[in-house]
Formats: sequence, C-alpha cells, structure tokens
Amino acid sequence: MPHSASSLRLELRAITKRYPGTLANDRIDLRISAGEIHALLGENGAGKSTLMKIIYGVTAPDSGEVVWQGQRVQVRDPAQARALGIGMVFQHFSLFETLTVAENIALALGRDAGTPKQLEPKIREVSQRYGMGLEPERLVHSLSIGERQRVEIVRCLMQDIRLLILDEPTSVLTPQEVDELFVTLRALAAEGCSILFISHKLGEVRALCDSATVLRGGRVAGACVPRECSDLQLARLMVGDAEGLEASYPKASGGLTRLRVDDLSWHNLDPFGTSLDRLRLEVRSGEIVGIAGVAGNGQDELLALLSGETRLPRGERERITLDQQPIANLHPDVRRRLGMAFVPAERLGHGAVPDMSLADNALLSSFHQGLVGHGMVRRGRVEALAENIVRRFGVKTPDIHTLARSLSGGNLQKFILGREVMQQPTLLVAAHPTWGVDVGAAATIHRELIALRDAGAAILVISEDLDELFQISDRLGALCSGRLSPLKATAHTTLTEVGRWMAGEFDNPAAA
Amino acid sequence: MDLDLISNILYAMVRCGTPLLLVALGELVCEKTGVLNLGQEGMMLFGAVIGFIVAFSTGSLWLGVLLACLAGILLAALFALVALGCQANQVATGLALTIFGIGLSAFVGSAWVGKPLTGFEPLAIPLLSDIPLIGHMLFNQDVLVYLSFALFALITWALLKSRLGLILQAVGENPNAASAMGLPVMRVRTLAVLFGGAMAGMAGAYLSLAYTPMWAQNMSAGRGWIALALVVFASWRVLRVLLGAYLFGLASILHLVAQGIGISIPANLLAMLPYVATIVVLVLLSRDAVRTRLYAPVSLGQPWRGGH
Amino acid sequence: MLLTLEPRLQQSRRHLLLSPLLAALLTLLCGALLFAALGHDPLATFHTLLIEPVQDFYGVSELLIKAIPILLCALGLAVAYQARIWNIGAEGQLLIGALAGSALAINLLDWDSVLALPAVILTGVLAGALWAALAAWLRTHFNANEILTTIMLNYIALNLLLYFVHGPLKDPEGFSFPQSAMFADASRLPTLFDDVRLHAGFYLVLLAAVAVWVLLSRSFLGFQVRVLGLDSRAAGLMGFREKRLVWLALLISGGLAGLAGVSEVTGPIGQLVPQVSPGYGYAAITVAFLGRLNPLGIIVAGLLMALLYLGGENAQMTLNLPQSLTELFQGMMLFFLLACDLLILYRVRLGSWFRPATRKHTEHAPA
Repeated sequence: MPHSASSLRLELRAITKRYPGTLANDRIDLRISAGEIHALLGENGAGKSTLMKIIYGVTAPDSGEVVWQGQRVQVRDPAQARALGIGMVFQHFSLFETLTVAENIALALGRDAGTPKQLEPKIREVSQRYGMGLEPERLVHSLSIGERQRVEIVRCLMQDIRLLILDEPTSVLTPQEVDELFVTLRALAAEGCSILFISHKLGEVRALCDSATVLRGGRVAGACVPRECSDLQLARLMVGDAEGLEASYPKASGGLTRLRVDDLSWHNLDPFGTSLDRLRLEVRSGEIVGIAGVAGNGQDELLALLSGETRLPRGERERITLDQQPIANLHPDVRRRLGMAFVPAERLGHGAVPDMSLADNALLSSFHQGLVGHGMVRRGRVEALAENIVRRFGVKTPDIHTLARSLSGGNLQKFILGREVMQQPTLLVAAHPTWGVDVGAAATIHRELIALRDAGAAILVISEDLDELFQISDRLGALCSGRLSPLKATAHTTLTEVGRWMAGEFDNPAAA
Repeated sequence: MDLDLISNILYAMVRCGTPLLLVALGELVCEKTGVLNLGQEGMMLFGAVIGFIVAFSTGSLWLGVLLACLAGILLAALFALVALGCQANQVATGLALTIFGIGLSAFVGSAWVGKPLTGFEPLAIPLLSDIPLIGHMLFNQDVLVYLSFALFALITWALLKSRLGLILQAVGENPNAASAMGLPVMRVRTLAVLFGGAMAGMAGAYLSLAYTPMWAQNMSAGRGWIALALVVFASWRVLRVLLGAYLFGLASILHLVAQGIGISIPANLLAMLPYVATIVVLVLLSRDAVRTRLYAPVSLGQPWRGGH
Repeated sequence: MLLTLEPRLQQSRRHLLLSPLLAALLTLLCGALLFAALGHDPLATFHTLLIEPVQDFYGVSELLIKAIPILLCALGLAVAYQARIWNIGAEGQLLIGALAGSALAINLLDWDSVLALPAVILTGVLAGALWAALAAWLRTHFNANEILTTIMLNYIALNLLLYFVHGPLKDPEGFSFPQSAMFADASRLPTLFDDVRLHAGFYLVLLAAVAVWVLLSRSFLGFQVRVLGLDSRAAGLMGFREKRLVWLALLISGGLAGLAGVSEVTGPIGQLVPQVSPGYGYAAITVAFLGRLNPLGIIVAGLLMALLYLGGENAQMTLNLPQSLTELFQGMMLFFLLACDLLILYRVRLGSWFRPATRKHTEHAPA
C-alpha cells in the first residue's frame, strides 16, 4: 500500500489528559498512515500508556481530537474502537486464565460473533495464516507467555482490523520470539494494516518501525525516522540530558563463595506456578550475578526460596548455604540476621507496606539493627534511620511520616534499596531493581549496587532487562521453565547466547 | 427404618435444604463475579419479615414473596453502594449488612412476633408424587420448592452454557482485563449482588411463609452463614451447591432421624449439628489450598475501582 | 459527572476522627426521622434514649456495667482486626467464658477463699481463649476461613450454654427454672460503691485498655500484627510468623471475650442464666470499628454503645418502642461509618463542569 497523506489512518490533535498530580498527556499530536509501522517511544511514565488507552477508548481525553480515516470521532469504549477497526494488545494481557482460547476470543468479540464453538475454525485459520500456531480449545492458564500473546493478536485479527496497537509486546518474549513476532507484524503491515508499536527498546524500534514519535514527561519530545537515528540520539529524545545513559562499570571477578545453591529442586503446588529443577548457582563476595529470563519462568519461586518465604524441610537445608552455613530451612528473619537482604520485585505490597509511613517501612526489614529493645519499638532510632535513608539516597518525600503508597515508583525503590543497603548485607538479592523507574533513579540504583559490590558484598540480581544485566552483572545466566542455564562471565557471552538460554536452549548443568 | 420413614426424611431434607439452596445460589452468582457479600443472613431475615408482614396484611402469599425479594434487593443495593460504589472493605460491609438486617428485621417485625398465618401448602403433582421414595421428596412439596428447582436449572444453564456465564467468570477472575475488554464490570457486579439479594429475600420468605409460617426474631438461625460455607464447600460449582444444600438440610433434621431410630439426645445438643457439620466440611475442603486456588474466583473480595 | 472522587495520597488524620462522628450523627438523624415517622417526638425520644438513663450516679454506674463486657470484647477484637483476622466469635467466646467460670463457681459454693474469684476469672479467660483457639487451629492447620468458623462456634457455644443451663448446671433447688445456683460471695466481683452495682470489672477494662494500647502502639509484636493486617505478603518476606500472630491475636481476643463473660456472671448477674449476653459480642464488632481499632476510640464508642443498650431498655419501658432499636442503630452506625470512610480514601470534588478549565502547563511549549 502506498504511504501518502491521503491515506492517513489516524491523527491525534492536541490530546490532553490530566490525572491527580500529573499531566499524563499534554497536547500530543500523532499521525499514522495506512500500512505504516509507527513507534511510540518513551520512558516509563512518559504518557505512552495513557495515549494508547485514549485511542482504544479505555479513557477519555480531557481535550483534543481523534481523527480516524479523515473523520473526527469520539471513541467512547473499547467496543467502539473495535468496531472502527482498532485492535489492541495490552502489556498485561487481558486474558482470562480459567477460560479457553476460544472462550476468551468469543467474549472479546461480542455476542454477534458467535459462540466459542462456532469461532474455532476461524481461529485456526487466522492463526495459521500469520504463522502463529494456536489450539482454540486449550485453557489459557496452560499456555506459555508467548502463546498468550498470540491469543491476543489473533483476537484482534479475527475482525477487519486497520490499526493494531501493541503495548511493549516484546518485554515478555525471548529474542527469538521477538523475531517471529516481527515477521507477523511485517506481514500485517504489508496488507495495509497500520501498527502502533509502543516500546522503550531502541534496537527493536529501529529494526521494525518506519517512523517514531518520542514522548517525554507527557509531551511530544520529537519525531524521527528510527533507521536514520543512533541509539544515543533516540535516548536523548527520550530522557533529555539525564545522567547515567552511557555509564559503564568495570567488571569484577569476586572472592569467596557467599551464596551456594546446590541442586535445588522444588515442586510448586500452585497449578499456575513454576517448579524449579536442579538449580546450581554460586555468588561470590564482591561480584554481581545476573539472572535473566522472561517473567514466570521461576524467578518468583527462586526469590521466595532464597528469601525464606518458601522453606525446604530440615533434611534438605544444605541445598542453599550462606558462607557454608545451611539456610534452606530458615525463616526470613533468621536469614536477615545472618546478613542477607532482599529487594523483591513488587515494591508496594511486598517490599513496602503501602499504608504505613516510611519510618514504619524502615523498621519493617531493619528490626534486627538495634531498633527494638525489650520487645518495644525504639521510635527515635527508627525515625533517625528513616531520615538517614531518605537523605543518603535522595528519596524525594515531604517527610518520613508520608505513606509509602504516595511515593513515586522510583523514589520508593530508592528507599527500599537504601533500606537494604544500609544494613550492610553480606548478600543482597534484588529482583527487577529498576523496573518502571526513571533513568535518573535507575542510575542511582546501579551506582549503589556497584558500590555495595565493591565494598565486598555478594549480589544476585534477577531482571528481565537484558541491557541492565549486561551493564551491571559480572556473571550472567538465565532461567527458563524453572531450569537455570550455566553462568558465564558477562564479558564472554553475547546477547544472542543469553537469548538462547532464555528460550531454554542449554544443557542442564546438573546433568552435565 | 421402614420406607415411609426414609421417604419422610428425604422429604424433610429437601424442605430444609431449600432455603439454603436459594441463598447459596444467589451468593454463588455474586461470588462468581468476585464480590463476597457476607450479608446473606441480614438480607434473608429482612426478606422473611417483609414477606410475612405483606402476606399477613394483604392475604396474598405471592405478594409476600415478591416483596421479600424486593426487600432483599433493597439491602443488597445498600451493600452494592458501600462495597462497590465506595470500595469499602467487602468483609466489613457484609458484616455491617448482617448486623443491620438483624436489627432492622427485629425492629420492623416486633409487632408481628407469634402471629399465625396459613403458609404455602404442599402441592402434590398427580402420579409423580406416588413414585416410591422420591415421589414424596420431589413432587409433593410446596410451590416455592418447585420454584427453587426451576431456578437451579436456570442458573446452572446460565453459568455453564451461556455467554452470561462467561462474562460472570471473566469479571470475577480479572476485573481489570474485563473492563479493558469493554465488559461493564461495575454493572455486572452490581446486578450480581442485587440478584443475590433477591435470592436471599426469597429464601427468607420461604422460611416465614412456607417452612414455618410465622415470624420470629433471628428465625434464619445462621442459615445465611451456612450458605456461605456451602459455596466454599461446592468449590464454586453449581451442581455441588445443590448437593451441599440438601446434605445440610439432612444435618438439620437429624433429630427426626434420631427419633425414628429411637435414640434420645438432648435437643440443644442436636441443634448444634448443622453448625458442627459446617465446620467439619470447611475443614475438609479448605485444607487443600490448591483446590481453592483452582476454583475460587481470583478477584474474590478485592475492591475494584474502574481503571483510569 | 457532578461529583468526582479522587484518591487521596495521604490519609487525613482529621477524617480518621471525623468519620465515626459523622456516622454517629447520621445515625441520630435517621433515628429522628424514624421516631417522627412512628409518631414520637424525636427530641423527647432522644431524651428518653440518651439522657434520661444517665442522669444520676446510679445511671452512670449502670452505663459502666453495660460497657464493661462490650469494651472487653471490643478491645480483644481490635487486636484481631488489626491483623485482619475476622474474629466474629466474641459472642461465643464470651458465652463459653461465662459457662466455664460458672461451672467452677457452683462447685466452689462452700470455698470461702480469696483464691476463689481469681480461679473463676482465670477459668473464664482460659475457656474463652480456648474457644478462640479452636478457630486459630482450624485456620492455621486446615486453612478454614475464620469468619465462618467463629460464627458457627457462636451458635455451638449458645447451644452448649443452653444445654448446661437446662441440664447439668441447673440449680436443683431452683423450681426447674433454667438457671444455676447463685454463686458464693467469694466468687463474686466486689462492687466498688455501696449503693450502686458498679463492680471491679471496671478496673479490668482499664487494665485491658492499657495493655492493648501498649501491645498495638508500642511493641514490636504489635507492629508485626499491624503489618500482617495491612500487607500479609510483606509480613511473609520479613519473616513475621503468620501462624504465631494468628494464634496470638485470636487467643488475646478470645481471652478478653471470656473475661467479659465471666465478669458478667461473677459481677452483676451472680449466676449462670441463658441470657448472659444480649449480643454484647456482636455489638463489640461495631464498637471496634467505630473506635477505629484504637483503645481510646473503643472506650468512647463502647460507652456510646452501652448508652444505646441502656436507652433501648428505657425506651421500651416508657415509650413502648421495641428493644431491637439498639441493634438497628448498631447496624446503621456501622454502615454509615463505612460509607463515611469514603472521606478518608477519597477527596470529593465538584466535577469539571463547575471548575474553569485551567491549564497549568501552558507556559511549556512542545519540543
């Protein structure tokens, strides 16, 4: 299909949307032609998600116009968006695990599209046409993440679709799955379907997209043709002149073994969870070990076993050792007293209690640091500690009596990390330390992790962000379906190799 | 035990199980959408007292049933307003509804305690009611029992076979996703709560107009709570709700059985049986957390606020 | 939309107090409408209900007597509810406390020792705690929902009490009334003044209030209880032992409810009767919430609730209003409280129609 001004599919004019405390979208303009793959780039919190939700009718803009194929429209709800020919694949899938693929699709398409049974042939046909195998009668909870994404895409393609919006679609895929997705998307675009591809990964945008609009702080920071821009140019558009963009840290080799995970298997009783299969892992003092992997491949389970939320029976306590002391049967508080510290993936509701003040949240994990005497809380010391964390880690907050829930993601993460670092742990386990955090805060967090490493602590970082892992880890491995790849020095591996590990292409080191 | 006795026990079992079945079906639909309404006992009592007063004053039992349903809906609407509209804690709101319903029904009904009323009489279905053993049980009941059979069939079909069932399931599993898909989560949940109210009101009317045609303070005697346990017992599956309701019905008429086989146990100790049975059942079914995880609606009891 | 709700980023302390007050006021308002509808003069009715009962020292003493069991139960419930353990079983725990205490007391009719009363009281406390321990055991071992188990245990406790009071514990010389013999003086809580009935249970309440306050607001154990209640996953990550805390909270609330029961039978009643409690254990639920799970707040709310009970009796005698008025008001108050809590979580705003369309960021031009 030719790309010309007359074939303009979607145009946004001065879209503005305000939420309490933030201006999520500030007079945003955007134009997408027929058959164009258009990238919407920006950091977390730049306003990408809000803009998509406005296009898809999930939220209404406060002001501004949406023009669809030359006509001004008001998209009231997703049903109307779908009727117009707009489809959307959410980052957090809107699938129902207890329903089958066909039931999910039938539910989304509406009563007129037919019953799940009637839809099955068409689901098979569409998924095969675009090279995405799917079995309509399977329950969604038995599907892999990649398969679930296919369900979402097929669901959109069941209708006559003119614009497909994908919100961070690659964040849950292995590099190989990403390539397959791109083949599908290109085929779609060649048939004239426009694609709005939301991402913050520059390499992917350059590989796939014809043009890009960059958002920063709710406003359009610029537009460009990604193939003609360098990473640095794009990054500057995305984050302005923030520090830490190109920070690189010297790699370390580590000393004595602190944490040893030896042939750790764990059967998960949760039907929706992952079981772990013979994990072997060592973390030495003065090094950062990174574990890559797509979410849901055993990260949560590994973290729970390391933190002590999940414990092994006494007979298996040697499976995890800290400084040669068996700990796999110990409760988390006992492990903390031995010098371990943890930063979980979820800040609110796991790492911090949303409805407690920062002071109380400081006490939460630092109770063994002399903050409790004769069973009573030493208020003065707790508050001094909280003040200290806020000051040293540059946490932006009115005071330490503010509720944790009212802090921004980046600030709260700095507080939680600060709280754990201040305990001077000998082993720190951190999951997704910079997920959803702005570039400035991410740089602070990385610097603190490196400083802690250089002070002799052993650090294990579990993350989905490969760039981050390559930046700060000294050794790397990946989890896939509850199995762990071999660990290699970061300098001696490549993105492609880690990608293969994430897809499960490695020999189980336990078997070797 | 002779056949007559067994036939009578089965008959009484269904009679006793009917109010439980009605409440539990309503709560099941409600919980399917992710809303936990602990106010069943209160709605039931209010339904019972309103049904009784209306039937007594107008002489029309059916008008009593109808207004009892409306009374249940009214209290359920209160719950929906506070727990769904204001996103208050569902547990606390449900408790408040029960306490309120107990007080309200006692207050409203204080002048009606002990008044006599001719309630729904058994309506034998010709031929069918003569079938040995089950004929008496299934086809010689009052009309509200027949209505409960019909409602059970209707709800079973809706939950298992219809698009509505898919929608309820989806809203209960993941309201955010359902909303993103364009399903009216709030409306679905509100209607489910109101439906639960109507069913509880009807169950109340069954107590005061058919089971024991009279009004007494707190006459539901914990049936609303037992019904809540029943939904857990049934692992949120509708066929098991039926089974459970009649099993509990059986537990509460065990004194009949005891008399039948000539054992004498103090009445107060026998009266404990349904409650003890409830605890035993809860223990047996809850110990397997995996099962609960598989069948319980994922968002059960979680307040949900429309997304941005 | 005319009104919009915006989530507050910080909970407002002012509203934390405002909302129970507002709830009480709205209840009074609804009550006034109700009285008017029933043909009673609202002001006069409120006078009968809320002022007349406490016009003299005798009345105040009666108020405190009513408040004692309610407060003891509510203080215990506060500990459980802080941990989000929904113990609805204070009523049953109270009844079992009364039953067990009485069972000992009527066996000590001839034991004139200073140890008799402590033994009876302790038995009541332990029995209440034991009854709650059943729920704790069912929850920690079998994962059984404590709301349903404690409710069921209430009904079981009531039937047990009825069985014993009609059977084994019935006074043989009581003309077959369902009640036990009167306890010996050595097993009775002493009265504090000569001509009123206020008894030493009053001190027990003060003691319990201080203890609960220290536990919840000052101790690390209380901190763990609160963390468990607000965020059980965080509690798990930090190694706060959920099972131990569940046991602790249920034992404390059960023990205090048992104390409430035994202080009723050893205090104003003096024997075991079927009507030990006119629903004190349920009223305590409302009191605990209305008092914001805070001992001081609970004392205020508990006195209000006791006044409602006292006033309800008075209104029944003088105005022929049903006694169930008390329960109706309880329910209304709890409902209004929950609705008023909206004020804590959200800021109510006039909708955009009423505000000029301002744009804060007009000074920034797009890049």
